[in-house]
Amino acid sequence: MIEGYEQAAARAEERLAAAADLGAVSGIERELLGRRSLFADAKRRLGDLDPGDRAEAGRRLNGARARVEAAAAAARERLAAADRDDRHAAERLDLTERLPQTVPLRRGRLHPVTQARDRLEDVFVGMGYTVAEGPEVESAWYNFEALNIPDWHPARSSFDTIFVDLGEPEEVMLRAHTSPVQIRVMEGRKPPVYIVAPGRTFRSDTADATHLPAFNQIEGLAVDRNITMGDLAGTIDEFVRAFFGREVKSRLRPSYFPFTEPSAEFDISRPDGSWLELGGCGMVHPNVLRNCGIDPEQWQGFAFGFGIDRLAVMRHEIDDIREFVNNDTRFLSQF
Amino acid sequence: MKALLSWLREFAPGIDGDAAALGDMLSALGLTVEETTVTGSVPDGVVLGRVLELRPHPDADRIQLVEVDDGSGKSLQVCCGAFNMAVGDLVPLARVGAVLPSGLEIARRKMRGQASEGMCCSEIELDMGDDAEGIMILNDRVPAGAGPGTPLAEALGLEPDVLWDLEVGANRPDALSVMGVARDLAAGLGVAFEPPDWSTAASGPDTSDVAAVEIVDPTLCGRFVGRVLRNAPQGASPPWLANRLTALGMRPINSIVDISNYVMLELGQPSHTFDLGRVAGARIRVRRARDGETITTLDGVRRTLAAGDGVIADGDDEAIGIAGIMGGASTEIDAGTTDVLVEMAWWDPPSISRTAKHLNLASEAATRFRRGADWGDNVERCMNRFVQLAAEQGAGVAPGLIDERGDLPDRRPLRVRTSRVNSLLGTGLSTADMAGHLRSIGFGADPADDAELDVTIPTWRWDTETETDIAEEVARLHGYENIERTVPTANEAGGLSAYQQDRRLVREVLVGAGCYETQPMPFVAPGALAAVGLPEDGITLSNPVDDSESVLRTSLLPGQLRAVAYNQRHFNGDTRLFEIGHVYLPAPQGQLLPDEREFLAVALSGEEAPAAVAVLDLLAEALALPAVELRSGSLPGMHPTRAAEVAVAGRVRGAVGEVDPGALEAAGVSGRVAWLQIDLQEVLDGPRARRRYRPVSKYPPSDVDLAFVVPESVAAAQVERALRASAGALLARIELFDVYRGPGVADGSRSLAYRLRFQAHDRTLTDAEVAEARQRCIDETTRRTGAALRS
Repeated sequence: MIEGYEQAAARAEERLAAAADLGAVSGIERELLGRRSLFADAKRRLGDLDPGDRAEAGRRLNGARARVEAAAAAARERLAAADRDDRHAAERLDLTERLPQTVPLRRGRLHPVTQARDRLEDVFVGMGYTVAEGPEVESAWYNFEALNIPDWHPARSSFDTIFVDLGEPEEVMLRAHTSPVQIRVMEGRKPPVYIVAPGRTFRSDTADATHLPAFNQIEGLAVDRNITMGDLAGTIDEFVRAFFGREVKSRLRPSYFPFTEPSAEFDISRPDGSWLELGGCGMVHPNVLRNCGIDPEQWQGFAFGFGIDRLAVMRHEIDDIREFVNNDTRFLSQF
Repeated sequence: MKALLSWLREFAPGIDGDAAALGDMLSALGLTVEETTVTGSVPDGVVLGRVLELRPHPDADRIQLVEVDDGSGKSLQVCCGAFNMAVGDLVPLARVGAVLPSGLEIARRKMRGQASEGMCCSEIELDMGDDAEGIMILNDRVPAGAGPGTPLAEALGLEPDVLWDLEVGANRPDALSVMGVARDLAAGLGVAFEPPDWSTAASGPDTSDVAAVEIVDPTLCGRFVGRVLRNAPQGASPPWLANRLTALGMRPINSIVDISNYVMLELGQPSHTFDLGRVAGARIRVRRARDGETITTLDGVRRTLAAGDGVIADGDDEAIGIAGIMGGASTEIDAGTTDVLVEMAWWDPPSISRTAKHLNLASEAATRFRRGADWGDNVERCMNRFVQLAAEQGAGVAPGLIDERGDLPDRRPLRVRTSRVNSLLGTGLSTADMAGHLRSIGFGADPADDAELDVTIPTWRWDTETETDIAEEVARLHGYENIERTVPTANEAGGLSAYQQDRRLVREVLVGAGCYETQPMPFVAPGALAAVGLPEDGITLSNPVDDSESVLRTSLLPGQLRAVAYNQRHFNGDTRLFEIGHVYLPAPQGQLLPDEREFLAVALSGEEAPAAVAVLDLLAEALALPAVELRSGSLPGMHPTRAAEVAVAGRVRGAVGEVDPGALEAAGVSGRVAWLQIDLQEVLDGPRARRRYRPVSKYPPSDVDLAFVVPESVAAAQVERALRASAGALLARIELFDVYRGPGVADGSRSLAYRLRFQAHDRTLTDAEVAEARQRCIDETTRRTGAALRS
């Protein structure tokens, strides 16, 4: 009895392999697998067998049934693929048929963060700086060690770094700040150096109205013969007035960063007389210069850094920075 | 670090002034004030009242009438919305005229016809807690003598105080204590800093007779001071001590733990206490751990140590504590403890830092030790304070100290050039100015000559080592705001690189073409690349913020499709989007970092492939890209019959066409999406066509229209190439102006109609010349491409 069903299954497999349309596949399925089909009948008849033979027969029957089901699925997939291919062939386009296109008379927009970044670049270009860039995936050397943050340093953990699965554990990471660009620039050329380095940075922050794991910073670096902390304060001041308006003041407060010494936070004044913390800065640490092969007795400089996204937030009074990455055109079209 | 004004004044009584001015001074010194809270302040006119009688309000269910004795001799009727008091209770009563913290002024008024002459207050109404439900019941909280009419502040022993929450940098271990904050603030204000010391009568056997300490590894432990207490107090701490711990953010636990925390907060020195009876041999050995050595710490967790971790071992060399981080469970003090060994040590900061990190174990002690604790005389001061507080609570104190030394930082005087400090800061300070600033915060400063100082760095400033560190201290005390502002004169022109200028041009072209710039995050979910038909070879993150964003993109396609889908889902309809962003391709052999490139993508939803080609043409024209060719091919993620590779100057730089319908379905996008993605970096850094002047012809042109029936297998580009090649030097322009498929044109072919413009620079072309060129074009094009002239 079982052989007969297995032969029927094998014939069905051949018919399915040759089926030319979905109707044929469905017909074969109905015939063999449906409620009143060959295999439904076989299942009922299993009960007639000797209990000793039943298990073996059931197993073979199920195997045959499974083969038919698989063949039906394969046939459906084959027909769907053929159908796709037909459709694709029918809609084939020769992309070199370049008819004149009418472009709709509607401007798009630059992302608000790009607009802020461009404005920042322009202010610093006007002050004699060039714009440097670097990779977003960095090694521990550039992100930490060359910046005077050895592996045991307590400041390391404060970066909430996102590491990637390359090299040794914690050897490669998404840069936690734009400061690695300082190192890459100073390794590549000797002072004088006057650069700003805008770019994307990453921290292990859950996205909410005021945090994103990916955000943007801009870094500044000036290294020359006689750069002083007074130059740092004056440069911040000039930038703040050029960017925010002539009535806006700046101030420096002592702070701590491993890669600058002395270090400071810088604040800008608000119309109500209070101060808003904008970023960090300081005189480039002699160890950082040494790590780039620059003699700190001959050259000295300052560095500063701050968030770009926040400037866009302030300028446009945006209350949820997740909009920066949603890319909703109702948001983007406002700027 | 939190600091309470009243506590600071125990170290420098001259600290005075209003909270805002003191806070500004702290910030100017680098101890940035993050939050200021005024505590212990009670409004005038709030007194103790005693409930004499409670009556229902005749016309209201939610308020009752309270008869209150306010100490004046006659009782007041107050309407009250709370029902938690009983006759005889003492409650805070705000008299008529009192102004509550919310600004509410208490007035005599009527509520539903009943007079109310004051207000019974809840915690929240007095800003003394979070309970808004019931009236504060003060029966157990005021001393026996305090009766109705006593001002509430007096009854509760409250004095106004200021609590600052300070942000302290990793280079300021000293400022993680009340004493350290007071030292800085006193220096900033120019008032005396006078830390107290404490002494306590001792008795019984000497500490060194009952316990011993051996520093096996001097690189781990620079100093180990021990002292023995008998009958250590174990109950609750006195309220004043518990209140201070609470104010500074630590939870009171029990007497001995609280003393340890109190001394740490006050003076900066963490300590650990051992049940001496459980320390085998009453001997301590300080050594590095053996790799794989285990210990169960106070929190009950069994931890496996690595070689290099600092360990405190007993006389049997069993680990009974992780040095500087957490004690072991086996020697923890409990009800059966009699003798206690108090440990105050100095640990090598990098060692503590590494161990805390690999064990992922943070503690207040580790926070201080990894920044560098004070190894000087302060250790004795701290021990004196510890035993004094313990003795006040009934402990016996053994005389004598164990004081073992290992390797300590070198504190020989550092020669500092005042010229160097001035040149870094841009100041003109004298040697005496600098010495004065440094001495005000406990540095030694002896003029070596007119231009140099020998500076002795105090032991509470482990991180301070170099001339530049000294410059920072001078700047801090001089005041950053007193440094004259100047601007350096760069001798170079600033500017954007050619690449950066071109990138801006690309953006402007795309904005002009109606595209919105997007900036999706560069992470995708595992499987997201495969879902849009790309190889699943993205670099993975080790500690992603979100598991659904744990792979670095290798293409801008997933992010753009997500943006398209987002806009469709939010009924914004079809959109033109673009992005310039990094992709991260697998690291080339032998390199650590990925092959990171800046790509450009354009996604035009609801549009077909030719729209994307048109955008490519716009960019090619704007950037003067040479020889942009479209090469048909099967491209991952792209529509099988509506996509082409983009080659610039013979090198493949991207793809153009439409996104694969399967990828669109996977991304939840409906309709078609025209798509362009190019390796922007390669294209912008690659060759450009030179824009060389050609004179403009003064003679009229002749236009010739030619339509060919061309098999679908022949690309329009081939026909155009043939036309250009055959038209000769007189061809000024060529343009495809019509494509036709349908009746009159055979199946498998289409009609392509071109307009050719002929023009010469030196004459008007004759009809014969134009006819000859026309015929040449027809002959050559039909011969080369298999096209037929459509008649």
